[in-house]
Amino acid sequence: MKAEEVKTLERKRKPKKTQEDFEDHPMAEWLRMDRIPHIWCSTCGIGTAVTCFVEAVKAAKIPREDITVVSGIGCSGRIAGYIKLDSFHTTHGRAVPFAVGLKLANPRLKVVVFSGDGDLISIGGNHFIHTARRNLDITVICINNFIYAMTGGQLAPTTPPTAVATTAPYGSYEHPFNLPLLAASCGATYVARWTALHVRRLTTSINEALQKKGFSFVEIICPCTTLYARKNRLGSGLDLMRFYHDNSVIAHGADVRDVDIEFQSEIKVGKFLDIEKPSYLDKYNEYLKQKLGDKFKPYGVNT
Amino acid sequence: MKADPEGVLTGVHYLDGDKACAEGGIAAGCRFFAGYPITPSTEVAERVAERFPMVGGIFIQMEDELASMAAILGGAWSGKKTMTVTSGPGFSLMMENIGLGAMLETPCVVVNVQRGGPSTGLPTLPGQADMMQARWGSHGDYEIIALSPNSPQECFDLTIQAFNFSEKYRVPVMFMMDECVGHMTEKVVIPPAEEIEIYPRRLTKKKPGEYLPFEYGKDLVPDMAHAGDGYFFHVTGLTHDERGYPDMSWQTQEKCVHRLLDKINKNADDIYILEEENMDNAEIVVVSYGITSRVALRGIQLAEEAGIKNIGRIRLITIWPFPEKRIRELSSKIKAFVVPEMNYGQMVLEVERCAVNRCKTILVPHAGGTVHKPELIYEAIKEATK
Amino acid sequence: MKYWRKPLDADRVKIPHGELHIIWERCKGCAFCVEYCPKDVLELSTDFNSKGYHPPIVKNGAICVHCQLCEIICPEFAIYCVLKNEKEPTHES
Repeated sequence: MKAEEVKTLERKRKPKKTQEDFEDHPMAEWLRMDRIPHIWCSTCGIGTAVTCFVEAVKAAKIPREDITVVSGIGCSGRIAGYIKLDSFHTTHGRAVPFAVGLKLANPRLKVVVFSGDGDLISIGGNHFIHTARRNLDITVICINNFIYAMTGGQLAPTTPPTAVATTAPYGSYEHPFNLPLLAASCGATYVARWTALHVRRLTTSINEALQKKGFSFVEIICPCTTLYARKNRLGSGLDLMRFYHDNSVIAHGADVRDVDIEFQSEIKVGKFLDIEKPSYLDKYNEYLKQKLGDKFKPYGVNT
Repeated sequence: MKADPEGVLTGVHYLDGDKACAEGGIAAGCRFFAGYPITPSTEVAERVAERFPMVGGIFIQMEDELASMAAILGGAWSGKKTMTVTSGPGFSLMMENIGLGAMLETPCVVVNVQRGGPSTGLPTLPGQADMMQARWGSHGDYEIIALSPNSPQECFDLTIQAFNFSEKYRVPVMFMMDECVGHMTEKVVIPPAEEIEIYPRRLTKKKPGEYLPFEYGKDLVPDMAHAGDGYFFHVTGLTHDERGYPDMSWQTQEKCVHRLLDKINKNADDIYILEEENMDNAEIVVVSYGITSRVALRGIQLAEEAGIKNIGRIRLITIWPFPEKRIRELSSKIKAFVVPEMNYGQMVLEVERCAVNRCKTILVPHAGGTVHKPELIYEAIKEATK
Repeated sequence: MKYWRKPLDADRVKIPHGELHIIWERCKGCAFCVEYCPKDVLELSTDFNSKGYHPPIVKNGAICVHCQLCEIICPEFAIYCVLKNEKEPTHES
């Protein structure tokens, strides 16, 4: 191929940014429009989750400069890069402790960890359980697509038994995590699960989670077309959405021990837990005031 | 600017190196500490846990060292001066996030109270075998600053210096102590707050909308913004451009990474702190750091008593960036460098590299677990005269 | 929707009417909006954009009730609805 031909090809491949692309979609002021279109596949549910999150932030009326988003690594980890808030794209699994640092150093901030199932629960599992145990006042939104999508479709701790992944080419024989059970048993004060189809209920849940004091956890079951659906012959993300439509059951207040997800089984969704508990800083201030009296300098109280 | 008097325990104290380091951090303005206990560094965390509630700081014992390092990065981005403390095994665990700190250009101080290694090694006994790891521990190309004290007084003073460097150059600073200095109790004089110089955080003066997270000036260091100040910035550990957005191209990699290196290397003259003695007609120079530098004094004394003259002494206080220029300059004038260190040859490699073949370089190694016998250093100096 | 008589609160309740804007080049043809529009307003076009996807087109714009489901569910931020006017529910709304 001649050199001029190669140059022409390259020019054609670059996406044209027309005036239309920057028109005022209501989401435009909340997104980094210079990075749109995003990298997520056609029929991926992550974009939907981002829209629900932004709608929830608007509805919760939290001052925009107070919200900080932290993501890990993975397809879901790219979320921080597209939202126009103070956002951090950190190392794999360490989004939660990074968020802990952000929150404790400036308690005024509303810190949201928005990441994927592998990042939060596998490599980040230890941090997840301890932060829930301490009931630190952060919100963790977990995009659960049952697979490690960004790196090519490896087994995740949430992959249902018999599902195929690249590191389980004959199907998974491991028992997956039940995320609401994990979060609730570790000490979360708010646990909910929705799919990417339940857009309005998800928005309400995220709104409640943001306003909740303590560790709040929202799991979003998202379709992954290129890896999970393709490797398991489930069609496209649209077919997965149709599956969620036909097989998800709203079960508010269900016992978290009964909300396991098997391969292509019924998915129980809803708000499973919503309790009140003093947060980490509440307990810190109360306890040390009691122990040290006037010598103690309360932390983060006037924020 | 001057230190905040609230955190400065002015007076004459009898403290061990670990506690002095904690006091130095508090005097420097550190108000967020996330750590995980590990011998012999735990006393720093314990001292901080005791003192922070009185000075408005917040201490948290995280679930592991990886979380500690991630948390202090988050804490720095949120507005506080932050530090963590660990020893060899924890230092290894922190490496990935030290790389993140270098890439995000986050000011923070990581204290490593070195112990015998490798692996679990000798938890309660000294070593100096993490010196190379401080520089090369994380993957990829990056530069950090590393300082090494040799007394509890220096643990106090140099911790403040470490914080100042970290703010000035927006880089994680490794504070390389060893178990001996950490657990040695000596007189520590803490001056009044007005006598302590603090380098404030370089916050941007630009307005939101004009600010780019990695736009830099002549000194190659960008100004910082904190989360919550309304700048709506994005920073990532991926190779990024000036806007902070990831950019997967070799041109951006070249720009991004090269500046991380130049930032420290081009400003190295400001970062070098060396203690030199008797260098005027020196023929043999003893290069040492940390606790070994104190043993080296006795070794040099023994050699001088035996009649060997013109022994100069350099103590490396700044370990990284390594003072190449000074070593190169000396190597053409002297006969030999003698490098005693509590490892099987780490900083000696740097000395050798800079000296090339212009003079001899003699290592006095030690596996760790105790300090050198001064006689060993005297023997090496004798060897150098041949 | 056909009512068998005029609703009693017809003067208080207004049925919104929306106008859809589709950002042609941004769409990745996932068809979530087409599938889940409650009024069946959209269909996939036979035309395609420069990326090769078939974006939706408005099949029957008059019945769009500005529910904004397509706007929320679109993963690409490629469709949004603008409130045009509201009218009273009549026998046939």
